[in-house]
Order: sequence, then structure tokens, then C-alpha cells
Amino acid sequence: MEAYVQEKPVEALKPPVTSVGVIGWIRYNLFKGWFNSLLTIITIYCLWVIVPPLIRWAFIDSLWVSTGAECQQANGACWSIIPANIRFIIFGFFPYDQQWRPLVAMVLLIGLLFYSRNRNHWKKSLLYAWLIGLFVMGLLMKGGLFGLSPVESTKWGGLPLTLMLSVFGLTAAYPLGVVMALGRRSKMQAVKTLCILYIELIRGVPLISLLFMSSVVFPLFLPEGVTINNILRAQVAIILFTAAYIAEVVRGGLQAIPRGQYEAADSIGLSYYLTMRLVILPQALKIVIPPSVQQLISAFKDTSLVVIIALFDVLRTTQTVLSNPKWMGFSAEAYIFVALIYFLCCFFMSNYSRRLERELETGL
Amino acid sequence: MGTKTSEKTDNSLANDAIIEIIEIHKWFGDFHVLQGIDLTVRKKERIVICGPSGSGKSTLIRCINRLEEHQRGRIIVDGIELTDNIKNIEKVRTEVGMVFQHFNLFPHLTIVENLSLGPLWVRKVPKAEAEETAMFYLDKVHIAEQAQKYPGQLSGGQQQRVAIARSLCMNPKVMLFDEPTSALDPEMIKEVLDVMIELAQEGMTMIVVSHEMGFAKSVAHRVLFMDFGKIVEGNTPREFFENPQNDRTKLFLSQILH
Repeated sequence: MEAYVQEKPVEALKPPVTSVGVIGWIRYNLFKGWFNSLLTIITIYCLWVIVPPLIRWAFIDSLWVSTGAECQQANGACWSIIPANIRFIIFGFFPYDQQWRPLVAMVLLIGLLFYSRNRNHWKKSLLYAWLIGLFVMGLLMKGGLFGLSPVESTKWGGLPLTLMLSVFGLTAAYPLGVVMALGRRSKMQAVKTLCILYIELIRGVPLISLLFMSSVVFPLFLPEGVTINNILRAQVAIILFTAAYIAEVVRGGLQAIPRGQYEAADSIGLSYYLTMRLVILPQALKIVIPPSVQQLISAFKDTSLVVIIALFDVLRTTQTVLSNPKWMGFSAEAYIFVALIYFLCCFFMSNYSRRLERELETGL
Repeated sequence: MGTKTSEKTDNSLANDAIIEIIEIHKWFGDFHVLQGIDLTVRKKERIVICGPSGSGKSTLIRCINRLEEHQRGRIIVDGIELTDNIKNIEKVRTEVGMVFQHFNLFPHLTIVENLSLGPLWVRKVPKAEAEETAMFYLDKVHIAEQAQKYPGQLSGGQQQRVAIARSLCMNPKVMLFDEPTSALDPEMIKEVLDVMIELAQEGMTMIVVSHEMGFAKSVAHRVLFMDFGKIVEGNTPREFFENPQNDRTKLFLSQILH
């Protein structure tokens, strides 16, 4: 082989015109080969058939403020069902003149959630803010103090109920799931067996049956005269159910941490508790952000199953509106509205999880 | 048992030993990894252990801070016998630093956080003081300018130097090195060895599992050769390299010193 030494630096060349810019993009992404071109044409045709009528129904022929009778005459969507019934959809059977109370409670909750988004705010003062916030929310919902008239929890419903079941359900389920995951990997046989039993039993049953058990079977074991609030029982069922799933997700993360990390922590004399808290869990929980959020989103939507034990969450209040003869036949509009609420919450969660992932990225 | 231990302690302090390993055995399943090892390490002594893979050399030094459990025999480190007592184990671990083949830095923490973790949570030193100590040792391993980076942003050689500094932050009496240069690219080995040599010059007690024979020759007081779970030969580096006695030692040396 002949010896070779590069003497001059090689000049940089620009890519050919047809592979850059708009034309390049279209050629590459939409019309690369006959099969891709065919798919593009079919897709454009389908959009042409579906989109214009949809827009006409939803926006052009639609009614936004009207009575149910007027809606029956119209061709388009009857969005009027939402503003006409919004207070029942959102607040359910909460006394009409007191509905500002759940509204303030919800605003407080959402405000606190938004403030907690930023990790720089995670200080002790935030914890106190949450404690005070929770107390105020409870007070607003239940009343009976400071001149607020008492409201039975059987009257709670709609969006406040959905938010309550999910926010408290998920925040309680997550730490419980982490503890279960650690327990399942424990060297103490009794702890390990208990955690496996718990996880496998709960995972082996559908949420619906857990909810039924909490509302029908569980009271049978209580002594005569003792009753436990229906909402609380549903809340506990949701927590226990979600925790079992979270536990398995977190266990996956724990298994992904190399043994060297445990050994390094051991070798500087950290105890088991400190090793987990400072070294293992921060890494494991970061790895499992995507599947945990998936689990939390799915649990959030599953809260709608509480209808089967006669709780009026936001989906059930919407259905109730639809059973009113004046508004019959506009289920599409009502369900789109509820779907939008669910979507916004889920989108918020997944968006936040991606932001967390970005912030916690450290390059190894 | 308790009185016996304390007698031993007094003895060991008297004859200047910091680690005493008495007739230890260990099995992985049916595999007899350590087949009766006796070793006494004196204060400020530097020992290099070499031997073919699977000879038990890593397992031996991992027993010294109880990353592995020995099943028979006794190990006494700085007057504390290693038993199931978790408090004693944690105490020994704070006195014995360890550097691993694969660095094992905590990837979610910055370099300075990696270093101050131990002092902060184990020694319960105030944060400012822990960070000051961290910067002192980072400076010592010539890497202070990287303090705010994450381990993933450093080269292998730099990571290993950080790992050494992390152990030093606990102010250990003994440092164990488990093949500290085996996972490094050739051009990075020297920077790590240089740090280890500086450490040796300051009088640190060191036990190094390594095949860096140049390091062994210039730094070690004793070189041990292990094979099939036993210490086959141990001598001063000069005698060990120039005049090996055992046939297996000769064979091993001929294989690694081309």
C-alpha cells in the first residue's frame, strides 16, 4: 500500500438542491416510491371526505346558545347543551347556591398543582401550602365551620369529585407503590412474601370488582352502625389498585440500576435507607417516568368507573343531563366536552413528564 | 466471643497491623473461591495483588469491606471484626475506601455532590464543610474545574480520579483498588496511576488488585500472586519479579510481561 498523508483540508460541499427545502421534504416524506405516493393520495382523499363535513357540523351549522327545542330543528352540533347544563355537569348535586365553594376548592387545587410543577418551588414552605390548601379545600367542600352550611358528602359530584379521587388517589398510590416495590426486593422473606401477595392479588382483579368489594362486601365486615363514607372507600380502592401497578413499574426501574451503584453506596458507608433515598430511587424513578405516567394517566381515566358504585363523577353527571328529555339526542356534543376535559388533564400529565425527563437528563 | 475479639484488637494494634485476615474461606455456590487466606496488612503498607481471572483476588478485597461475605475464618479491620453486625460493617466501610473497575460514580449527581454525599450523610458534616473537603480532594486529583459537571460528561480517566477523590473524602485509613485501570483506554491509565502514586507517597495504606506491573514495582512493599483461591507467592517487588519461586507465578509473569 502506498503511504498517504492528507495535506490540504477537504473543502465542504453543499447538499444537492432537490434534497433540501420544501420540495426536498415533500419528495422525501410524501412521494418516495410509488407505494408511498399511493398512500399519500389515499390519505388526502380520506381527509377531503371527512374534514369539511365535520367542520360544517361542529362550527358552521352549530348552535352555541339556544334551548333544546331549537337544537332539535338545527342540522349542526348543539353545543348549547354544555352552557345550559354546565353547572350540573361540573358540580352535580352540590347545593346550587353553594356551588362557588367547590369552584374555589378546584381553583385552589389546580393552582397548587401548577405552582408545584416547578422543581425550584419544592421546599418546606410548599408542603405547608399544601397542608393548608387541603384543609381549606376540605372545609369548603364539607362546610359546617365559619358560617359555611354543611354539605353531605353524598352530594359531592362532578369534576371536583373526579379531581379529588384522582389527585389524592395518585399522590397516595405512588409512594405506596414505591414501598411495595422495595418490599418485593427485600431480603426479609416475610416482607417480600407479603408484598408479592399484595401485588399479585390486586393485579389479578379488575378495578370494578375492587370497587364493588369496597362498597358492598367491605361494609358487611363492619360492626353494626359503623359506616364508612362511600367516597373514602372508593378512594382507598383506587389507591390500593394503582399502587400495585406502580409497584411493578418501579421494580422494573430498580432492576435497571447496576449492582455497582449499590456497592459504591455501601463502600462509603451509607445505610440501606440512605442508599435507597439518595442513590437508587432517584435514578430508578427517573428511568420509570414514562411507564409511571402511563400508569397514572390510565388510573386517572379509571376513576370514571366509580359510577358503578353510584358516585356521580363528571362522566355520570353528563349522562344524567343526557337523560333529560329536553336534551336527549345530543350525546355526541356532551361526550366530546367531557372527553376534552379528560384530554386536557392527561395532556398536562404527559407534558409535565416529558419536561421532568428533560430536566433530569444528566448524560449517563 | 466479645472478649476474644478485644484481645485480638489489642494485639493487632500493638504489632501495627490494620487489617488481619485469618484463614478465610468463601464459596459461590459449590465453587470454592477463597480457600483459606491468611494476610496481615500493616499501617501504611502498600500491597499489590495479581493473578489470573477467577483466582479470587477481587473477592478477597471485597471481603475486606464486606461487599462479599466470608463463610469461614475471621477478618479484623482496625480493631473491628466483620460479622453480621450491620453497625460494625457500616463503621468499617467508613474507614475503608474502595475504588472500582467501573468507577461506579452516581450519574444523577454532579461531581461535587458525588464527593460530598458521604461526608454529608454518613459523617454528618455541615454542607459547606463537606463541599470544601470535596473541592480539596478534587484539586488533589487535578480535576477541580469539573466540579459542577455530571459524571457522564467526563472521560474514563477523569471519572476514575473522581472515584478516588470520593473515597478520600471519607478520610479512610485504608484504600482498596479493584482493578482501577482495567476499564480505561490506554492513554488514560497514566493519569490514574499518577494519582495513586501521589497517594502512596503520602503514606496511605493501599491494597491494589492490578496487573500494572510498573506500578507494583515502583510503589508496592509487597506483591502477592493468587491462583485458585490461594495466595501462592508473596514477596517484595524486586524478589517477586526477578526471582519468582513458584512455577505458576513464573508462568503467569511470562504471560503478562512479554
